[in-house]
Amino acid sequence: MKLEQSSLTSREIITPIISVILALLVGAVFILIVGENPIEAYWVLFSNSLIGVSSIAATLQRATPLIFTGLAVAFAFRCGLFNIGAEGQLYVGAMAAVIVGVSFSGIPKVIHLPMAIIAGMLAGGLWASIPGLLKAKLGVHEVINTIMMNFIAYFLTDYLVTGPFHGGRWTPETARVFPTAELSRLFPPTRLNTGIFIAIAAIILVYFILWRTRFGYEIRAVGFNPTAAEYGGISVSRNMVMAMVFSGALASLAGVEQILGVHGRFIQRFSPDLGFMGIAVALLGKNHPVGVFFAAVLFGALRTGAAAMDRLTDVPRELVVIIQALIIMFVAAEELTRRLIQRRRRA
Amino acid sequence: MWDYLVYFVNATVLAAALRMATPLIFTSLGGIFAERSGVINIGLEGMMLIGAFTGMLTSYFTGQPWLGLIGALIAGALMGLVHAVAAVTYKVNQVVSGTAINIFAVGVTVFLLRWIFDVAGTSPSVSRVPVVTIPLVNRIPVIGQIIGTHNIMVYLALVLVVIVHIFLFKTVWGLRLRSVGEHPKAADTVGIDVFLTRYLAVITSGALAGLGGAYLSIAHLSRFGDQMTAGRGFIALAAMIFGKWTPFGALGASLLFGFANAVQMRLQELGIPSQFVQMVPYILTMIALAGFIGRATPPKAIGKPYKKE
Repeated sequence: MKLEQSSLTSREIITPIISVILALLVGAVFILIVGENPIEAYWVLFSNSLIGVSSIAATLQRATPLIFTGLAVAFAFRCGLFNIGAEGQLYVGAMAAVIVGVSFSGIPKVIHLPMAIIAGMLAGGLWASIPGLLKAKLGVHEVINTIMMNFIAYFLTDYLVTGPFHGGRWTPETARVFPTAELSRLFPPTRLNTGIFIAIAAIILVYFILWRTRFGYEIRAVGFNPTAAEYGGISVSRNMVMAMVFSGALASLAGVEQILGVHGRFIQRFSPDLGFMGIAVALLGKNHPVGVFFAAVLFGALRTGAAAMDRLTDVPRELVVIIQALIIMFVAAEELTRRLIQRRRRA
Repeated sequence: MWDYLVYFVNATVLAAALRMATPLIFTSLGGIFAERSGVINIGLEGMMLIGAFTGMLTSYFTGQPWLGLIGALIAGALMGLVHAVAAVTYKVNQVVSGTAINIFAVGVTVFLLRWIFDVAGTSPSVSRVPVVTIPLVNRIPVIGQIIGTHNIMVYLALVLVVIVHIFLFKTVWGLRLRSVGEHPKAADTVGIDVFLTRYLAVITSGALAGLGGAYLSIAHLSRFGDQMTAGRGFIALAAMIFGKWTPFGALGASLLFGFANAVQMRLQELGIPSQFVQMVPYILTMIALAGFIGRATPPKAIGKPYKKE
């Protein structure tokens, strides 16, 4: 990876594809274990997630929050930071959005909806600024602090959703947000909503910031070589904090989309590990906004197809969780795939 | 005032704190092994979960909870091996590898639970390792109530703390392990096999986390439930850091976190939301890392793959 390079090299495209194939092959072993035919099971999985308008809409809907968390992790990565706190950031973001969503009525949607979204982004950004500051000012590794802050976010939102903002009857959830704060559905009955447009805008914005602005250049310079960046007059600590703030704001949008576009309310522990899956999406997408999009769509397809596979075959839907974990491992083990490529060339 | 204190700090609460600390003790000791050798292990959570599942499964099929412990130990060690292969040999980012293990563990345990038992959520009940009473100790007032009668794994955890302490700080193997984590290059020059040491340390780490998980499924309870570790692997990680990467430090931190867990229901009655008590371990760990209460400094070579020149 070179500092100036803004497009992916062919190796950066081939490695993820090989990783996905390897993961699907190992997944096939699990399918064989339960006594099903891997080809049939995978056919059910992918035909139900990629063929037909409603399948594609469902896949895109599952991909939407992953685009946000994937971008969040990728953005921090570009600055040399590992944000594994996307999960916590999306929870506080979602909660802030819901608080705005349920607290104001009678204001027009053009004001209410952006207010809720911005509240979410501010909360997520602020939340992420804490590990950013601790890293920049005191040199504390961001990985541990973001993990710790995930749990603090869980318990904080647990408290708010069962205490001050409890709005469900018996279930731990808030009241429904006013319709003026909702992201509209695009293809009912699927839950695809206008959040997908925000996601696409975020992809373009992240690309633009990283490769077309001075700020983005500084972020990448710090990620590339912090010592050299500092010599070049770039403030490493300021950029680290800003990168975390941006990353947190992006991650929070995943929670905002889930709440304002899918559930309509904050439900305790609603996220199916979207933040952690963002790590997988960023790795698979080689920390590039376009790569993140395709990786998120793949993961969205896996999740969408899993439900059909679970229903129509004997393969439990958790197969796709296993596959996602394997994808992370194989993508990260670049040396492994590199050796596989070289062996093929030699043969 | 005194009444309040007795309400929170009494034999029942302290005994419960010890029970809740036990899985954290096993797992944080595991964390110490990996991190002291220079390998970050945030896969402890997943290793625990796999251990909990395998412990239950072995106990179910053999009827022998002791074999369950061995099964959990082996399964955890295997996950450790996976982490070692990835992190040490293939130089995968250690945080990424740990994350993959955590996600894999969630997927594979639910997958197998549904396939083997055709149930979602909870496994059938299995036999568990016994509760024992220590003669004489149990007769001592108060202390007997706190430590006199527990599951045998509680005592095993306490004994392990001493063993790991002696191993790390009083034996040549412990010195080698620590030197690999602090200064791998220097260790290599004096003939210590950095790769082998890290492999063994990470495998041991997984084995101990596996035991920590088994405590949940075949000692404390007698069944496995989806994601039953519920973040305990991460609390153990916090205990390891808060305890400054030492066995007795980790023991103290585990007991403190266990105590926080044990009193949360009582604090709730006083109007203090239990969630705020549950946050305490994580907040304390962040404060310790920031250096406000005696700085917690990780081993120097942590997270850096070693390349032989």
